[in-house]
Amino acid sequence: MKRFIGFVKKEFKHILRDYRTLLILFGMPVVQILLFGFAIKNEIKDSKIAILDRSKDYITEEITNKLLSSGYFLLYENLKSEDYIESEFRKGIVKEVIVFEEDFAKNLFGEGKSGIQIIADASDPNYANMLINYTSSIINDYLNTLHTGHNIQILINPEVKMIYNPEIKSVYMFIPGLMAVILLLVSSLMTSISITREKEFGTMEVLLVSPLKPLQIISGKVIPYVFIAFIDALIIIFMAKYVFAMPIEGSIILLILESVLFITTALTLGILISTISSSQQIAMMSALGGLMLPTILLSGYIFPIENMPYVLQLLSNLIPAKWFVIIVKAIMLKGLGFSYIWFETAVLVITNIVLFVISIARFKIRLE
Amino acid sequence: MYDLKISDVSKKFGDVNALRDINLDVEENELFGVIGPDGSGKTTLFRIAATLLVQDTGKVKLSGLDNIKDYKKIREIIGYMPGRFSLYPDLTVEENLKFYATVFGTTVKENYDIIKDVYLHLEPFKKRRAGKLSGGMKQKLALCCALVHKPKFLILDEPTTGVDPVSRNEFWEILRNLKSIGMTVIVSTPYMDEAKLCDRVTLMQNGCILSVQTPAEIIEGFGKKIFSIRTDALTDTLKFLNEYKYTENVFLYGDVIHYIDIRKEIKVDILTQYLRTNELKNITIKEIEPSVEDCFLTLMREK
Amino acid sequence: MEDVFVIDVNKLTKKFGAFTAVDSISFKVKKGEIFGFIGANGAGKTTAIKMLCGILIPTSGDAVVSGFDVYKQSEKIKKNIGYMSQKFSLYEDLTVRENIKFYAGIYGLKSGVIKEKTEFILDSLRITEAGNRLIKSLPLGWKQKLAFSIASIHNPKIVFLDEPTGGVDPLTRRQFWKMIQSASENGITLFVTTHYMDEAEYCNRISMMVDGRIAALDSPMNLKEKIKADTMQQVFIKIASQRVILN
Repeated sequence: MKRFIGFVKKEFKHILRDYRTLLILFGMPVVQILLFGFAIKNEIKDSKIAILDRSKDYITEEITNKLLSSGYFLLYENLKSEDYIESEFRKGIVKEVIVFEEDFAKNLFGEGKSGIQIIADASDPNYANMLINYTSSIINDYLNTLHTGHNIQILINPEVKMIYNPEIKSVYMFIPGLMAVILLLVSSLMTSISITREKEFGTMEVLLVSPLKPLQIISGKVIPYVFIAFIDALIIIFMAKYVFAMPIEGSIILLILESVLFITTALTLGILISTISSSQQIAMMSALGGLMLPTILLSGYIFPIENMPYVLQLLSNLIPAKWFVIIVKAIMLKGLGFSYIWFETAVLVITNIVLFVISIARFKIRLE
Repeated sequence: MYDLKISDVSKKFGDVNALRDINLDVEENELFGVIGPDGSGKTTLFRIAATLLVQDTGKVKLSGLDNIKDYKKIREIIGYMPGRFSLYPDLTVEENLKFYATVFGTTVKENYDIIKDVYLHLEPFKKRRAGKLSGGMKQKLALCCALVHKPKFLILDEPTTGVDPVSRNEFWEILRNLKSIGMTVIVSTPYMDEAKLCDRVTLMQNGCILSVQTPAEIIEGFGKKIFSIRTDALTDTLKFLNEYKYTENVFLYGDVIHYIDIRKEIKVDILTQYLRTNELKNITIKEIEPSVEDCFLTLMREK
Repeated sequence: MEDVFVIDVNKLTKKFGAFTAVDSISFKVKKGEIFGFIGANGAGKTTAIKMLCGILIPTSGDAVVSGFDVYKQSEKIKKNIGYMSQKFSLYEDLTVRENIKFYAGIYGLKSGVIKEKTEFILDSLRITEAGNRLIKSLPLGWKQKLAFSIASIHNPKIVFLDEPTGGVDPLTRRQFWKMIQSASENGITLFVTTHYMDEAEYCNRISMMVDGRIAALDSPMNLKEKIKADTMQQVFIKIASQRVILN
């Protein structure tokens, strides 16, 4: 045990001495979150919209005027029928289409209920979401003035439907994905590099002939990065909550435990990479190319899994980050408890065990 | 019995025969030298003995233990210093040593008497990072690290390569001391002159063992007369001697020429005569005792 | 014949923080001379060579290499010198021919000249049949001889050799020194460091560094006489361990 502790101490020294890398490890989550948070357009101005007014009564006219006078929207075109909606979006100029149902005013005052359909181009989901929020709030404001003026109960349901991206993504939907990517980067990339560095330094030769067991060497290499990744996870959660006011509906303890589980998965992946790479360079390339790229593309971080071809959907099941993103979303946004995410958790646990066993078995006790 | 028996060991890397049918016995408490240039197979041989590589054929027994089956037991009794740099450059001298001590389940204090000789050289630099040490110091630190767990059998792969003559002398003194406290040491080196400091040496070339002898035996076994020749024009002398019909081997050796004749009975006068006829002046010729390098050069030629 | 000095060093000093790596060294090297530069590890040899090659700015003192000042004209120095070390020499994953072509290209040789030079080098080293082999498949001795040929491919006036023969077998070492000697006969100046003291004997003059200073500078013969030693090995050990300062 003393040997092992000595080994871990040495690893911490390596990490602490290399302050540049340390800065990157802790600075990266902060910078990434700020970039993602603020680079996403959070101001709407002169967005081009199209309107399909099937009712053409004074209420729809007033709503249209309200929208266009807000300064947020510009009317690009009045559509004649529903058939034009898709082609309008394809051109890429119109970001949102508002459809008033037939007999809008009549329904509103007769049945106390009327329908507006708002369709947004969700190829930029955050922007689309914002457009919809703005539109709905302007309509609601208008309805409130109607309400007070007539003193009757009126309900209006703007039917929000996004095409191209049926799953609504909000500004902070990127946080779970970002968390997965950063934890993966820190854990797998850094461990695989630090293990292969021993090989390059020639120190692995001496460690091999020492009484240290492969399990001790591997865990000794991994433990410091568990700490670092864990701190990164906390930084991300903290910033999400306090900088972007992201809700954490569910248990924060559960969230942290699940993060630790994902960190260990990422670490075992890193170990696996290091057992097959002979140099730091190869380790880095395989970590970036073999882990990061598939994770970014297939975890549902940027591209919704539901919209992928079937084959890729199947493949995405192999990406641990996918399961982690589901878990984080469930806890943070939906406030779900463990009973709802036991399956995803089980997937990560099993992945963990399998990878770890393979790594230990593949770890070479000799130089060849 | 901390000895090493290598029988019929061969090892190939791809098409390259790194070792060909090596047979070698190192006795307990021997200071055994493996001498040969880069690429002669020394490192491969040492790695096999240190259980880091597995031979293709043949058997290796260290202290009666099989290097494949009982590798764990062997690792407990050996100290191994790899040929390439094997320290953590970002850790200090002290930290490196402490680290290796803990890894081997001991402390620097516990075995201080063993490493004391070497560590005294390092003490003034103990706060310096290993990456900033000079070549000789690095090697001494690496030796300290290999010694810190008090091994019975020491395997040192080229500990003196790239080290200056003074540090090399100190290094060999340390090795003699280690032998005197009962350790078995096998050490490889590309420097021929270090052979005379070993109990027995083997000369290696192209994965083969040329001979296993004591330094004295190598020199006695040379069996030919060797002359040291000095003239006012060494390059010309070399040329004339190369053309001489009785020449077996001739080469520069520092500031003189070493010359080996094929004739059993050869007198200095005859050689002086030959060189004079070629208009060379200030000729001094002495019969000398061959050095290990002379023997090696001659053995290489014979192979 | 008047001596032409191709290296003229005057009180050259390099400090790293509080540590003085090279401490006010002065010497001159003649054209065509084989100048040995020996000393213990860490005595400052490598730092001195780096300054002379124009890749490290001295703290103080002057040095003129091949007529150019090390402070201001380091780019010109680089065109007139060749450099080879045990550690850095050739690209292992390129073939012999590719290495020659690459280095010749660096020095701006024309393709016709490169072809000529390539054949000349392969021929003089008698490795024509190995021209398309990867460097890593060659024995160390061949590599070092090839590295030397390549270091002098652009007809430099001075070639710096930093431990060129480390780990090379005795036979190849001798062949290597034959190459050095014939280069010297062609007027190229050779600046050599080595840990083999028998090689020190082949130098015209030896400068021995101890703790950043030049402790001795003379021909091997004179050094041995002064120190009363039979071999350079003894000279070295005496000077380095007893700190005898000769000049």
